[in-house]
Amino acid sequence: MSVATPPAPKERRSARDSSASWRWTDRLGLAFAWVLGVMFLLITVGIVIYLMVQGIRFVKPEYFVTSPSAGFSESETGGFLDPLVGTIVVASLAMAIAFPVGLGVGVWLSEYGRPTWLARITESTVEMLAGTPSIVFALFGVLLFQHPALGLFSQSTDGVVYGRSFFAAAAMLALIALPLVVANVREGLQAIPGHVREASYAVGKTKIATTRRVLLPAARPSVVTGAMLGVGRVIGDTAVIILLLGATLKIVPAEGPVGELRGTGSTLTSFVFQNAPTGEANQPEKAFAAAFVLLAMVLILNFAMDVVVRRGRRLTWGS
Amino acid sequence: MATQVHDDPGARALRADRRAELMLGALVLGVLGFVLLLIVFVFREAWPSFANNGLLWFANGDDFDREIEEIFMSANLLQEPVYDFRAWPILWSTIVITTLSVVISFIAALFVSVFVVEFAPEWMRRILEPVIRLLASVPSVILGLLGVLILVPFIGEQLITDDQRREVSYVVSLSGYSLLAGVLILSLMIAPLMIAVFVDGLRSVPRGWLEGALGLGVNRWRTFWKIGVRTARPALVAGTVLATARAIGESIMLAMVCGGVGFAPNPADGLIFFLEPAKPIPAAILQASEELTSPPMRDTIFAMASILLFSSLVLSLAGWAVKQPMKKYGVRS
Repeated sequence: MSVATPPAPKERRSARDSSASWRWTDRLGLAFAWVLGVMFLLITVGIVIYLMVQGIRFVKPEYFVTSPSAGFSESETGGFLDPLVGTIVVASLAMAIAFPVGLGVGVWLSEYGRPTWLARITESTVEMLAGTPSIVFALFGVLLFQHPALGLFSQSTDGVVYGRSFFAAAAMLALIALPLVVANVREGLQAIPGHVREASYAVGKTKIATTRRVLLPAARPSVVTGAMLGVGRVIGDTAVIILLLGATLKIVPAEGPVGELRGTGSTLTSFVFQNAPTGEANQPEKAFAAAFVLLAMVLILNFAMDVVVRRGRRLTWGS
Repeated sequence: MATQVHDDPGARALRADRRAELMLGALVLGVLGFVLLLIVFVFREAWPSFANNGLLWFANGDDFDREIEEIFMSANLLQEPVYDFRAWPILWSTIVITTLSVVISFIAALFVSVFVVEFAPEWMRRILEPVIRLLASVPSVILGLLGVLILVPFIGEQLITDDQRREVSYVVSLSGYSLLAGVLILSLMIAPLMIAVFVDGLRSVPRGWLEGALGLGVNRWRTFWKIGVRTARPALVAGTVLATARAIGESIMLAMVCGGVGFAPNPADGLIFFLEPAKPIPAAILQASEELTSPPMRDTIFAMASILLFSSLVLSLAGWAVKQPMKKYGVRS
């Protein structure tokens, strides 16, 4: 290698740059930034470690395999099998709705987007959805799924539709995940330079074929990140679950086909809420155990997202 | 011959392309229609409550919790439904909690993101960034649980003195479930959202502008503070708007730590103000959600929700307006 390499950059801190010579306001600002940065780190790490310690102390293997039940002491009230299953079911159902829809909207916004006014409205609408409180979605869900026409998604007695079911909760949770999926799909597609599309058109591919075979595979890291962010928000949401999944901790299937999904149940978040001192059950130890499991799920998701993003960085486009 | 041309693979592909665009367009229209349905339904359901109270809806009443009780009960008796509702306590609680926590987390997030982008040593940056992302994804119910089990007892036992309890005992009882607990945890929840946007904005400041100032002998802090932070101003506003939207809509955590008493904390009480219980709109909705079966109550709850929906509409408009000057320079937020 005979190519001359530029000299390695010197250490930034020179004598002139030492903060000793700065005016006191600047030094105060820098000190403030350090203090806040370190404090932020300590608080977050403290929260996570505290939850880990409490969780490991209280979590018992049998909690994962026993259903919650009514009882007078902590040993009688069972575990959180049903909430755990509920979380998984509700998250999969919600993503089964949000992912395809979000993918479609994201592709349309990035690749088609005609007429322009419609694209602009869609953009603002998706942004508005991202800023809408989940409790508003939950209330709308109550309104929607109690309508007789949608009675088949939940249970009904004497023509009165109950309106609370896994379907109802998942449909509204999908609205929470949707903006995250759309934004990430769109960002991933827009990061692909135009000459990639032109190369594909030049070999005779149509726009939709280009999108499916070239652009979406190339944007996969962003697409997966969007989906994972969506899952994270969905499993962490409580308001929709409390209003739309019913008040039972156990999964109570409805009669008829796919009764489980039309029935009521709970998730880990609503389990924590009910078992907190402000809830109806008030068993802080179980709440800690369930919170630990929930946090572990979020941690694993975050870690997986990091891996996906790092893999995605390997793929670069020549300029 | 004509059919031959029609079945030519190129034409077929083009037709498929056209069909795909139409289908995606229909999907987009479907989503838009659904959102429109949401807005119309919520406001229509809310209308009776507004219509019966007029502008007094926003005024201050005697006893918030009793009003709710009367509205709820009126459906069960054979009488006219009662709609009398004065929302000021929950509006005021929402305003106070949102403003305080946005201000606190804005200051913290600004310094932390400057620190992360410019001043943190490499090893610390490598820890801080994932930690911030992790904090942003911790479910609010977990933070609420920690608040109820740690922060609320601490405030109740250590910060509130007996004198303070006696002083306001004729209006409200101080238990530790308070404005302060809500504000502190909410700040912790929304700060990571702000930091994420701020850091992106600060990173996209052209390096040359900073180098220019450094070359003139301006120190690093001043350079970054006067040039970096000012250039990233649109990102600061965008992050703040995003965090404000989240703060206004937070229900679970605030329902857990704020006490759930329909009471407007009174700034005239001095420092006790921060220790008084509060009930922001989302928490009020959550706590009243079991009473949705009563028609007048249902309308009242939807009226509260329509305020939330309206504020998120306004905030997304504000966010859109902020982005306009950024687009001119080709900056993507």
